[in-house]
Amino acid sequence: MTSKGFSRLTATAAVMPAANVDTDVIMPKQFLKGIDRAGLARGLFHDLRFDSEGQPDPAFLLNRPGFEDCRILVVGPNFGCGSSREHAVWGMLQYGIRAIVGTSFAGIFADNAANNGLLLISLDEEAHARLAAHLAARHTALTIDLEAETIMVDDLVLPFAIDPRRRRAIMLGLDRIGGTLAHADAIRAFQTDYLAAAPWLA
Amino acid sequence: MPSPRTLYDKIIDRHRVMPLNDIEGPGEQLLLYVDRTVLNEYTSPQAFSGLREAGRTVWRPEGALGVVDHVNSTAPDRTAIAPDADAQRQIDYFARNGRDFGIEMYDVLHPRQGVEHVVLPELGWVVPGLVIAAGDSHTTTYGAFGSVGFGIGTSDIEHLLATQTLPYTRLKSMRVTIDGTVAPGVTAKDMIMAVIRAIGAAGAHGHALELAGDAVRALGIEGRMTICNMAVECGARVALIEPDEAVIDYLSGRPKAPKGELLEQARRVWADLRSDDGARFDREVHIDAADIAPMVTWGTSPDQALPIDGAIPDPAALPAAERQDAERAIAYMGLTPGMALEAVTIDRAFIGSCTNARLTDLRAAAEILKGRKVAPGVRAMISPGSSTVRREAEAEGLDAIFTAAGFEWRQSGCSLCLAMNDDVLAPGERCASSTNRNFEGRQGSGGRTHLMSPAMVAAAAVSGHLADVRRMPLP
Repeated sequence: MTSKGFSRLTATAAVMPAANVDTDVIMPKQFLKGIDRAGLARGLFHDLRFDSEGQPDPAFLLNRPGFEDCRILVVGPNFGCGSSREHAVWGMLQYGIRAIVGTSFAGIFADNAANNGLLLISLDEEAHARLAAHLAARHTALTIDLEAETIMVDDLVLPFAIDPRRRRAIMLGLDRIGGTLAHADAIRAFQTDYLAAAPWLA
Repeated sequence: MPSPRTLYDKIIDRHRVMPLNDIEGPGEQLLLYVDRTVLNEYTSPQAFSGLREAGRTVWRPEGALGVVDHVNSTAPDRTAIAPDADAQRQIDYFARNGRDFGIEMYDVLHPRQGVEHVVLPELGWVVPGLVIAAGDSHTTTYGAFGSVGFGIGTSDIEHLLATQTLPYTRLKSMRVTIDGTVAPGVTAKDMIMAVIRAIGAAGAHGHALELAGDAVRALGIEGRMTICNMAVECGARVALIEPDEAVIDYLSGRPKAPKGELLEQARRVWADLRSDDGARFDREVHIDAADIAPMVTWGTSPDQALPIDGAIPDPAALPAAERQDAERAIAYMGLTPGMALEAVTIDRAFIGSCTNARLTDLRAAAEILKGRKVAPGVRAMISPGSSTVRREAEAEGLDAIFTAAGFEWRQSGCSLCLAMNDDVLAPGERCASSTNRNFEGRQGSGGRTHLMSPAMVAAAAVSGHLADVRRMPLP
């Protein structure tokens, strides 16, 4: 999946501080039987967002007034643990979430996010706590500057670090496959030599 | 003289198309050439949708093979009709993708249909020194042949199909050596369960795990597959066993295996597929084979396992870090601390999965079941690892032993290992299972899973409770 790149994002952020939010909660199993990626915005946090009649639950944060344009989540530790389902990441992007700020992310979820242009930022616990406290008190928009590797909200400025390849992919909105296919000649040349040396695989 | 390298590093080096950063060793990013992949109907559909949306083709269709295994029925008289409409849609789309992109596909009624990680090896398509990446975490199985196998998500399946490569980060290396000889009744399953118990469910996280030692070398290829398959349950992304003559013997006569002069050429290259003397591992663990007993799990994580003559642990006596997990697991499993494992009664028995449903697994179970009957009230079923295994077992008369004992003799598929079809535990049902994961709800919502070897499943089935296979005299 290709998403439009960005180097600076200013948007409403929602603070969801629970620890160990798993991909079953992010995208419940009734949304896994498809054959394409469509229709997953509805599935995001489905069993929390909607009541048993399918109506939005007004108590859930993303359903509250002021969060209609939420594009950033500020989450608790070990976010995205459990099943490898990439549907969790697809659902985030289809709903409109572009970045998630936490302290730690489960490995497969982090790979899946990187492969889809969903920005994950890990802060240390102290910085994360300051950010969460600030947002909870004021409900203001937050700015992520990928170029400067900083998060800004009002007068609060928090630096973060990110793998350079992942940063570049987010900023340019790189199509990963397109990026690799730019090396198609190198792959073809490698394959020719490789199969010549291992003819039992040709 | 080049510095000594591990088997893992040798294979990665041979598949490096180009570097993607300037780090050497673990953390190196590189573009990795992938030899082969196997596709299933449940993790691949969006990969193909992505190719269609971008107007892309498959780089090397002959490097992929598709097998329907996760959502299909295992009913003895099954037809091409899937258990439910969603499964049917996934199966139909899978077939269409094979046709449109030129990939060989085994549908439900294909004579070689089966669980993907059983089917590929029996075709002779897994040979030493390969990189195989596939949309299933148990792709580690191929380490039994000295090949790097690892699981990937759907986006990476799409990337692999379009480019025959993956951006890859080199892992750290770890070696577990199991020296000595195992006692009678102790199998490959018990060996890997003992390893997982010893190092923990995340014990090999971030590492390529090489398994070595006399006890590993003494195993047949099917036992080695069981070990590498389940290595992912201790967090290993890759598992490897040095290939030897047993691999060559296994490949002999298989339809897709190299033959004649090509095989001789291959053998000269494969001779170097070993960790050099003096190769450095980031971590080493030694286990004495004589200390390993038949194992069962008591909890809801694969590392919550004990020798069968043990008892349900008392959480209060466990280290603080394990206490809360143990309490939750014991409550979910409906057990009592201090209870002997052999006193735990079962409702269901299942022999199947990519871990333990090959011919040698079925033979081991049949040895126990010969002349015995499944205990009253226990529903027991066998789903052979592949349709080929099913035919071979029938040719040996194993099916007659199973049905006489009261086991259902079913068709092949992932079945009750993860309950994506209609083979499901009812809430509260307890199952002795030859599979690989005892997670909450894995075999059905509220279902309770005890992992063990196929012979131990057979012993439990005829006893009506978890039972020590060493105390079941062979007829």
